[in-house]
Amino acid sequence: MDFSLNDIQQMLQDSAAKFIQNDYDFETRQRFAQSELGFNPNNWSLFAELGWLALPFSETYGGLDGNALDLMVLQTELGKGLITEPYIASVVLGGNIVQRHGSEVQKTTLLEALIAGDLKLALAAQEASSQNDLTTITTTANKTEGGYLLHGHKSVVLGASCADKIVVLARTSGKSSDKHGLSLFIIDPQQAGVTLNSYVTNDGNQAADVAFENAFVSLENVLGEVDTAFDNVKKVLNDAIVAVSAEAVGVMEKMLNATVEYCKVRKQFDQPIGNFQVLQHRMADMFMECEQSKSMLYYGAIAISSDDDADKAASLLKIKIGTAGRLVGQAAVQLHGGMGVTDELDVGHFFKRITMINTMFGSHDEHLDNLVKQQQIA
Amino acid sequence: MVNNMNIDFTESEKNFRLEVRDFFQNELPEQVKLAIDNGLRLSKEEQILYQQALATKGWAGTNWPVEHGGTGWSATQKYIFYNESAKAKAPRIVPFGLSMVAPVIYSFGNKEQQERFLPDILSSKVWWCQGYSEPNAGSDLAGIKTKAVRDGEDYIVNGVKTWTTLGHYADWIFCLVRTQDTGKKQEGISFLLIDMHTPGVTVKPIITLDGRREVNEVFFEDVRVPAHNLIGEEGKGWTYAKVLLTHERTNIAGVASSKQRLSSIYEMLETPPDGMADLRKNNVFMARVLATEVELKALEYTELRVLSSVSTGKAPGPESSILKIKGTEVQQALDELYVEMAGIYALPFLPQQYDDATVEQIGPFFAANTAPHYYNNRKVTIYGGTNEIQKNIIAKHVLGL
Repeated sequence: MDFSLNDIQQMLQDSAAKFIQNDYDFETRQRFAQSELGFNPNNWSLFAELGWLALPFSETYGGLDGNALDLMVLQTELGKGLITEPYIASVVLGGNIVQRHGSEVQKTTLLEALIAGDLKLALAAQEASSQNDLTTITTTANKTEGGYLLHGHKSVVLGASCADKIVVLARTSGKSSDKHGLSLFIIDPQQAGVTLNSYVTNDGNQAADVAFENAFVSLENVLGEVDTAFDNVKKVLNDAIVAVSAEAVGVMEKMLNATVEYCKVRKQFDQPIGNFQVLQHRMADMFMECEQSKSMLYYGAIAISSDDDADKAASLLKIKIGTAGRLVGQAAVQLHGGMGVTDELDVGHFFKRITMINTMFGSHDEHLDNLVKQQQIA
Repeated sequence: MVNNMNIDFTESEKNFRLEVRDFFQNELPEQVKLAIDNGLRLSKEEQILYQQALATKGWAGTNWPVEHGGTGWSATQKYIFYNESAKAKAPRIVPFGLSMVAPVIYSFGNKEQQERFLPDILSSKVWWCQGYSEPNAGSDLAGIKTKAVRDGEDYIVNGVKTWTTLGHYADWIFCLVRTQDTGKKQEGISFLLIDMHTPGVTVKPIITLDGRREVNEVFFEDVRVPAHNLIGEEGKGWTYAKVLLTHERTNIAGVASSKQRLSSIYEMLETPPDGMADLRKNNVFMARVLATEVELKALEYTELRVLSSVSTGKAPGPESSILKIKGTEVQQALDELYVEMAGIYALPFLPQQYDDATVEQIGPFFAANTAPHYYNNRKVTIYGGTNEIQKNIIAKHVLGL
């Protein structure tokens, strides 16, 4: 039994911490988040140089063969900087779905370009009505001469606006709720029949709703085998849950530390407000939730990387991150007083991010509801 | 990449687990096994039988170093032991002798005291109880007033100790006593061992909410205690007491037993025992069960993180400070779920049903004890330093407030 980091993980942690420390102060983050692209393009090249874009991919395609635990280490540090670079969208979702479901040719070309920093990907899976159950998506792909025609509407596709290619989940056969009959297609956002409605998210990231109307996909752009995509998409979403939960742990630690420091210097009634027991206990609660989240993250990352009841582990992890994130975030804002609700101070932006994390890849309530239903079937 | 991070046991740890499992399956005294199988509470005699079976196996001193007859187990071995013990629904080891006073005696007592007291503790021949709290010294423990005044070769002890768990079973009590009134209050405290059979010692019951006698008040009236029963130096008792309080870190959260209780809940939900409603259809209840599972899973890994630090030779990190709070919160959440599962059969007060297997059962087999246990177990967030005191400690020592 050992929870210490190995040498490579230690290096990953150090380099990510250094990057956030030196190149990612809050003002810089805000400036780039508000730019048209939404992030600093030079950072993307730097991520490539540091090997972060290669982390989860097999050595065969030039990757580093990292697993959920390595991803966890990197994402926790990046979370402390509140990064807006589309790492989860492009690498964890886009890259991983190619690696898990693509053909050899697709993996070789797409992953090599992704790892080099020359290609950004996105995954368009969820829809307004599908929520956390992807078997109910209504986007369809109908066979036509030399390929498929896509119809449908994908909701809140992370990193879509800067993506060079978008991988789209659509139904090719079967009926709603069938796991079989779901397939993946690689599309070009600029192509005919595809409309992007891009926007900024509440936490300063970029996303888009993407509509398909007779969008043609040639056979070579069908990702891997048709009809069998569901399990691999599910696995990729579990990876994403680890990534976003790790980020959440970084965000929570940051909020805890900021709150403790603030309460040591902010004076009222002629003394630092951190002297007051009612505030001390609230911070002790924040601390406990941070530690419990970190423990849960270890459990989730270990279970998911060893594929040991991974779906349940992902749900338990996301539930914990949801409740803990809410408690820590709300307390951080409350203890900063009026300053906590200003746009000027970073703590409010960490709060925005943690709140949005709960809505992604299945909220606390959705995962809890899923687990309850599974118990009832069992 | 190569993984360090893992929760795997080594080959020898796996073998150890088999040995422990075998012990709990095959080597428990018949009478104890019977009580466990019938879900009864153990009598004093059965408790001693159980601890003596451990002693015979050489496993009574789970925390003790080998030179004093202990197991010398690693943190991981202790973890395995407690988990297997919980899975077998074995009783807990009554901590006062084996895991509380013994470490103080082998760490700070002199050779004569070690030889005189440790063997009888190890073999559970002598029952110990704890004399810390007083009516006016609870959370502020250093405010104790029980006085020990030196008189020749003896101390004369006067005062009252309270919340003395199983004091009515005890042969000996280890006490914090005041030997000096001036200066810093912590520095006037000494650690004294007192024979409960000495004239002037009176034990009076305190009945708790479950209608049972578990705790007591112990009165000392001009009790003459030989000075050679003093541990270490006069005035250093507070330091020794603190060592005692930080001992037993790995088991304080009760994770192993909570895991066992949760898996029993799932078993009963899947196959409801006679008289229990099918609660799986109740979404709100199921959501509470799962929310408890989430907290427990996180806590299990918090404990493993502490264990991993200790077993790789590092000091436990700040995460260890949350074990008591979170562990007791989970225990009480489980207590609530059990009351809920008993349904209306939580109402009847049937103490004979969990002391005697031969009485006719009313309601589902587990129901009679749920409410009494729920009431009684409110104690866990109060004793051992209340959870509020634990939060003060986190604020001060971890967060630097």
